[in-house]
Amino acid sequence: MEYKLRDVASVIRSKNSGPYELTFDVIFKDFEMYNKVKAAKVINEEVIAKLYNIPVSDVMIVVYFDPAKAVKATIVRPIPSGTLGETDVYGAQQHAPLMDFNFNL
Amino acid sequence: MEELRILSATAILGYGFPMESFVEGMKRKPHVIAVDAGSTDPGPYYLGAGKSFTDYNSVKRDLEIMIAAGVEAGVPVIIGSAGGCGGKPHVEFALNIVEEIAREKKLSFKLAVINSEFDKEFIKAKLAKGHITPLEPAKPLEEKDVDEAVRIVAQMGEEPYIKALEEGAQVILAGRSYDPSVFAALAIKEGFDKGLAIHLGKILECASIAALPGSGSDCMFGYLHKDDFVLEPLSPLRKCTTLSVAAHTLYEKTNPYILPGPGGAINLHACEFTQIEDNMVKVTGSKFVPTDDYFVKLEGVRSVGFRTISIAATKDPVMIEKIDQIVQSVKDRVVNNFENYGIKDFFLDFKIYGKNGTMGIFPGIDNRVAHELVIVIEAVAATQEQANTICGFARSTMLHFGYEGRISTAGNLAFPFSPSDCKVGEVFEFNVYHLMKVDSPTEHFEITYKQFTEGN
Repeated sequence: MEYKLRDVASVIRSKNSGPYELTFDVIFKDFEMYNKVKAAKVINEEVIAKLYNIPVSDVMIVVYFDPAKAVKATIVRPIPSGTLGETDVYGAQQHAPLMDFNFNL
Repeated sequence: MEELRILSATAILGYGFPMESFVEGMKRKPHVIAVDAGSTDPGPYYLGAGKSFTDYNSVKRDLEIMIAAGVEAGVPVIIGSAGGCGGKPHVEFALNIVEEIAREKKLSFKLAVINSEFDKEFIKAKLAKGHITPLEPAKPLEEKDVDEAVRIVAQMGEEPYIKALEEGAQVILAGRSYDPSVFAALAIKEGFDKGLAIHLGKILECASIAALPGSGSDCMFGYLHKDDFVLEPLSPLRKCTTLSVAAHTLYEKTNPYILPGPGGAINLHACEFTQIEDNMVKVTGSKFVPTDDYFVKLEGVRSVGFRTISIAATKDPVMIEKIDQIVQSVKDRVVNNFENYGIKDFFLDFKIYGKNGTMGIFPGIDNRVAHELVIVIEAVAATQEQANTICGFARSTMLHFGYEGRISTAGNLAFPFSPSDCKVGEVFEFNVYHLMKVDSPTEHFEITYKQFTEGN
């Protein structure tokens, strides 16, 4: 069955983790879906690299965090926060590709 | 001591808090009132320009309530990363406010001011000794980076705060600090577990952001015990839930299980979150794992010039279709126009909202285009005058540019404002984000004291 991440998550957000990294959090609505997504590693390094059109080597970590039924991905920021060419100093509006992410389970 | 109680006033000094919440906090007899004032979130400008990103009146409003309450209750008031970035001018900004409050309220207390801005020669000497390593993905530090830096600060741990407390400080105003330090210092001094104290500080530093509904402008209360800590929001509107607290552990972190800071990291692999009251959560299992050497994080910025911007829009379907070619042609024309005149070194960018304005740092991920575009023309050059020249010329060139297929021949851009161009001022970039090895966590963070008696 195909799911839209936006429909099964209660939080999808992006934010700087320091000026050199960007981090994405997806918190699921319920443990059932979280556990299935975690077991299948639906969100993984390759998926993040593809969604953001970056090399897999720029994905620093994808980690599932049970206490929050959440998955977190942290990537190298294409440019450090506020460098010439910046479009989002806080990194708080870089989550949209995750909202449109569909997956099969 | 069985329990240590900590009142966190607000997420960032100057973001405010409801008086009712603060009064509830004081009723619980806190041993310390603390607040974090800093962040690198607003970008490199504030550290470079030496300005606070929070407003004078907003900071004074929060501080006068906190300091008066702390002095009356006889408990320390601790402020970290003063002025937002913790450099000398930032601490000075907050110090002027503290002095004004002391005077106006005729308060008596001993103030400690802790410096965290470093001399470039000191940093270069450390670099030469091999004591500075990059915090990946930043690149290795070079002497040139230090020379170019406008200002370099280091994040102190809790140790300089403990020293100031031991020396009798009642109000501590410190430069750049690891966010949890202001909350954890008294607890660690009193012998509480460092892992729990820092994890509690990590949550308290954002105050009610860890509650549901979250807020950046409300208080949060922490109770620290031998084997656990408990969080309680002070507004009846909010609750801490296991999820809200666990979710906050993710916030702005690289990895939620390992949270590095000065001298080590907290490891949350064995951490458990338990709901003990409708609005209160207990946390256990947080461990502090020290590193062999003690490292502090350096932050520095360099100046890259001056910026001028112009905001315009278009709704012309032909122009929208050809926008990429038009932008390139305008850029080429600007370069060509000034290359023999002598203005060659500048940055000219067009942020196209309705196309890729928000996520332009990730090219190629979304090709959708809206029926109307906002175009922000940005020029950065060595002087404000040159930035004005480049931005203005790019704007007038784009306004009258005769692109292929053009049928709206009166002008290509809608300007919402007159004047259309806006001087933004000096521009900075982060160029130092490294770890520096120190022999002692306190030796480089100089503390000065001032005794206020009836406000003087």
